[in-house]
Amino acid sequence: MSEARETLAPGEAVQRLKFYQKGTFTVGNRLVGEDERSVQASQDRSNALTCGHRACQGCGEALGARYAIDAAMRATGKDMIAVNATGCLEVFTTPYPETSWQLPWVHSLFGNAAAVATGVAAAMRVKNKRTRVVAQGGDGGTTDIGFQCLSGMFERNDDVLYICYDNEGYMNTGVQRSSATPPAARTATTPAVGDEPGNVFGTGKSVPKIAVAHNIPYVATATVADLHDLERKVTKAMSVHGARYIQINVPCPLGWGAASHDTIHLARLAVECGLYPIFEAEHGRITHVRKIRKQVPVTDYLKRQRRFAHLFKGDRPDPRVARLQAMCDANIADYGLVAGADEEV
Amino acid sequence: MLKQIEGSKAMAEAIALCRPEVICAYPITPQTHIVEGLGELVKDGHLTDCEYINVESEFAALSVAIGASAAGARAYTATASQGLLYMAEAVYNASGLGLPIVMTLGNRAIGAPINIWNDHSDAMSMRDAGWIQLFAETNQEAVDLHIQAFKLAEELSMPVMVCVDGFILTHAMERIDVPEQPQVDAWLPPYDPVQVLDPAEPISIGAMVGPEAFTEVRFLQHYKQTQALRLITDYARDFEKAFGRESGGLLRAYRVDDADVLVVAMGSVCGTIKDVIDEMRDEGIAIGLVTIVSYRPFPTDELRKMLAGAQDVVVVEKSIAVGVGGPLANNVDMALRNLPDAPRLHSAVAGLGGRPITKPSLHRLFRQASVQPWEGTHFLDLNERIVGREIHTTRKKRRSGPTAENLLRRLATEGDAR
Ligand SMILES: Cc1ncc(C[n+]2csc(CCOP(=O)(O)OP(=O)(O)O)c2C)c(N)n1
Ligand code: SF4
Ligand SMILES: [Mg+2]
Repeated sequence: MSEARETLAPGEAVQRLKFYQKGTFTVGNRLVGEDERSVQASQDRSNALTCGHRACQGCGEALGARYAIDAAMRATGKDMIAVNATGCLEVFTTPYPETSWQLPWVHSLFGNAAAVATGVAAAMRVKNKRTRVVAQGGDGGTTDIGFQCLSGMFERNDDVLYICYDNEGYMNTGVQRSSATPPAARTATTPAVGDEPGNVFGTGKSVPKIAVAHNIPYVATATVADLHDLERKVTKAMSVHGARYIQINVPCPLGWGAASHDTIHLARLAVECGLYPIFEAEHGRITHVRKIRKQVPVTDYLKRQRRFAHLFKGDRPDPRVARLQAMCDANIADYGLVAGADEEV
Repeated sequence: MLKQIEGSKAMAEAIALCRPEVICAYPITPQTHIVEGLGELVKDGHLTDCEYINVESEFAALSVAIGASAAGARAYTATASQGLLYMAEAVYNASGLGLPIVMTLGNRAIGAPINIWNDHSDAMSMRDAGWIQLFAETNQEAVDLHIQAFKLAEELSMPVMVCVDGFILTHAMERIDVPEQPQVDAWLPPYDPVQVLDPAEPISIGAMVGPEAFTEVRFLQHYKQTQALRLITDYARDFEKAFGRESGGLLRAYRVDDADVLVVAMGSVCGTIKDVIDEMRDEGIAIGLVTIVSYRPFPTDELRKMLAGAQDVVVVEKSIAVGVGGPLANNVDMALRNLPDAPRLHSAVAGLGGRPITKPSLHRLFRQASVQPWEGTHFLDLNERIVGREIHTTRKKRRSGPTAENLLRRLATEGDAR
């Protein structure tokens, strides 16, 4: 929906669809054109990731993976192979003898998914096969331990789409801090005790930005709050060759201390408060930024998660909430997140 | 074809003859010339249908090979020393997944202290990782073992490490018979994987396995290595028939008939040992050598048969399992166990970090074994003077400083008078 349809400019499309009329910020299928409708209920759906997996209720990662890999399956006519890093997704999808994967899938190690995918892609090239390769992992497996392999794969411009499911922590091992954990968040290794409870400010890194700095053909961030946009980005990524990176914000009810029915809501608030910028970049340049439709204060986002509960305990406002709001404001300014409708940059 | 050629170059040519489809390259001395040689063969069009990938680390090198192998391509990489340790996690992963990758190990010491010279501690660090480990005695054997390695790996769906002594083999210029392409093509069939990532037949590889089946997975790995014992012998025989020379096999005997003293060793040092044995035989001493080619799987039964009649067995090895002694000696001990009238076992550690193993020192060692046997592990040509002084200093002085640097300083100021 963020793209222009036949006769409408991007901004107009947003306006005419009247996103806000139901207060959900979502667009129901009936509001969009045939070609943009979700295929959830279609018999032709590829169903890369079928039922029988063991993810927690409301797991954002399971949802994100299903939509991302399904879109990739559709884009490649099911001619693709997936490489998975160790992590929740790997564990909950393959409780052997059951596997949820309907495509060839390999798990090797925690930190080498990008390199293994390079090897698969090399094998396809040498055998003159058109089979495409997707690597996927959590934020820990991507931004921390798998970072070197990821950068190597980017730098060589290997023909791999790497998808990072960012739930902002090492969830599979019981919620520890990663370099994608936001400041102040409580994890098992950044406990909510002491003078500065939770994760430290001034740490962490933006791997999407680092990916952009590799000048690879395509980089995007996405969110499970906008599955159409996610599908579109994966489809676009599969239409080009070379190294590509998509990072999807996937709330984790268990690790974030949130209600399992709040997954989509939280993902949306993360975007709407400015904490999680959604953008696309091609060959080192940002080409598209998803505008915030209705800006919300960061507190709306924080208050729904127990990992931030310590910020709201005392009778006086915790100054660190203002620091988090400042981070949102900086993102909004840096990426130009608030300026009406989506626009090409 | 006979060539006067560097060992690494010859190995590169032999590997190219095996038509690898994916080669992962990362530099580390003394293995580097092999992947450089392969890079040239790919770039100049000698080796076609091959992806040569310059990776960013050894961990990536083996990981790329894992991906390529799982996707049905014949995959190769090479490393040494620190590089092998850096890829350690992937070393176990490749064997656990049953992927027939072939890797050359240019044997080199492991730091600290950093040392680029030859010994076998790198290979020993991965001796339990589920790879077949073959040790070449000569560069000719290094060439031949690589050709056998691909066949072995793919038949068993198990990775193979070809261990070649750094510098001593990798950098030596010598006369080597490099086979012709039709010979290798006739001997080595194309890779026909037992498991492959194929969209036409989607499978999941690498699922989590719990207590219910983990033992069985490991048992089958072990079982396959016991099968390899037979296959390694068979392939060496087939190879001899096809290529007209003896190479590989589990182990080799040299002048073992009626020997009272049998030496056990691996790799290039066997050449020097054979010279010493010839000289000692001339002096009337009944001594022989057993060269172990296949360290994993370890040929326990075959070795036992060979050592059974001797009075003394001397294991000379280029590695030390700190706190225990020589790892090869430990395995030889296993072969001697339960043998009635078992020979006495003498363990010597030699050539660490590239120290030359000289004929006079070996003469002394082999004589001493029968007349004045030692207890525990003997360190050949140990500079006892500087070791003693270092021990003395550390007892006297709390902040005695870094050991390696202390020893080097002592050597520089006091000379190497032993
Ligand atoms: C080398 C190595 N170190 C640590 C682990 C333990 N480990 C397995 S999964 C995991 C956490 C995964 O976190 P992330 O990549 O963010 O994925 P998530 O589970 O959050 O989806 C960790 C630490 C491991 N398997 N391998
Ligand atoms: S812990 Fe989080 S990421 Fe893992 S399965 Fe549960 S909800 Fe999903
Ligand atoms: Mg995570």
